[in-house]
Amino acid sequence: MTKLIYFAWVRERIGKAEEEVELPADVKTVRELLLWLKSRGEEFESALQHPEVIRVAINQEHVDHREPIGGAREIALFPPMTGG
Amino acid sequence: MAVVPMVRIQATDFDVAAEIALLTQGRADVGAVVTFTGLCRDEAGSLAALELEHYPGMAEAEITRIANEALARWPLAGITAIHRFGKIRPGENIVLVVAASRHRQAAFEAASFLMDYLKSRAPFWKKEHLIDGSEGSWVDAKESDDAAAARWAKS
Repeated sequence: MTKLIYFAWVRERIGKAEEEVELPADVKTVRELLLWLKSRGEEFESALQHPEVIRVAINQEHVDHREPIGGAREIALFPPMTGG
Repeated sequence: MAVVPMVRIQATDFDVAAEIALLTQGRADVGAVVTFTGLCRDEAGSLAALELEHYPGMAEAEITRIANEALARWPLAGITAIHRFGKIRPGENIVLVVAASRHRQAAFEAASFLMDYLKSRAPFWKKEHLIDGSEGSWVDAKESDDAAAARWAKS
């Protein structure tokens, strides 16, 4: 199982802060994960409408969309950051 | 002795003078301290508060990674970063960076570098709450912030 965590408007649109999922075997990269999630229902479609803007962290480190996700315990999806 | 960055993510306010003292007290080799304080700003007169959401764990880890990069690039005596979360009203503090060094150049540059990277890489998001009680929108990321971070890229 992999823990998915959502923040800011990604969290609001999906309607939950986190969940545990069993990833399909053919979901091997971050990009494939975003496309698979997008197909999971209206909320996901709304949050991930433009997957290219979504930032992703695996095990609390930033990764780009080509990154393989094998072995990830925790994957976070969020909008571009606005701290500081 | 290797310098260890001091990174704190907290709901409460911070005391700038106390944070400077933590980097300078009991030593005579610090000739320069630069601090940057970021405050909650209201431009339109309509903002009640900003609500800062963060990714616990990663926020500390990412700012520590950036601070360690600053320590590798400049000869620093100490570096501190404090970022608040939760509801923050206009005029209140959001973020503090303190860089201490023998000379001013390293302290200025390290503080600027840490802030530029923190803005585009630290996992924090700001949501507006308006004076009329309504929920405003999420603050959009600025391309100018990415450009500010990019200027530190090593050629």
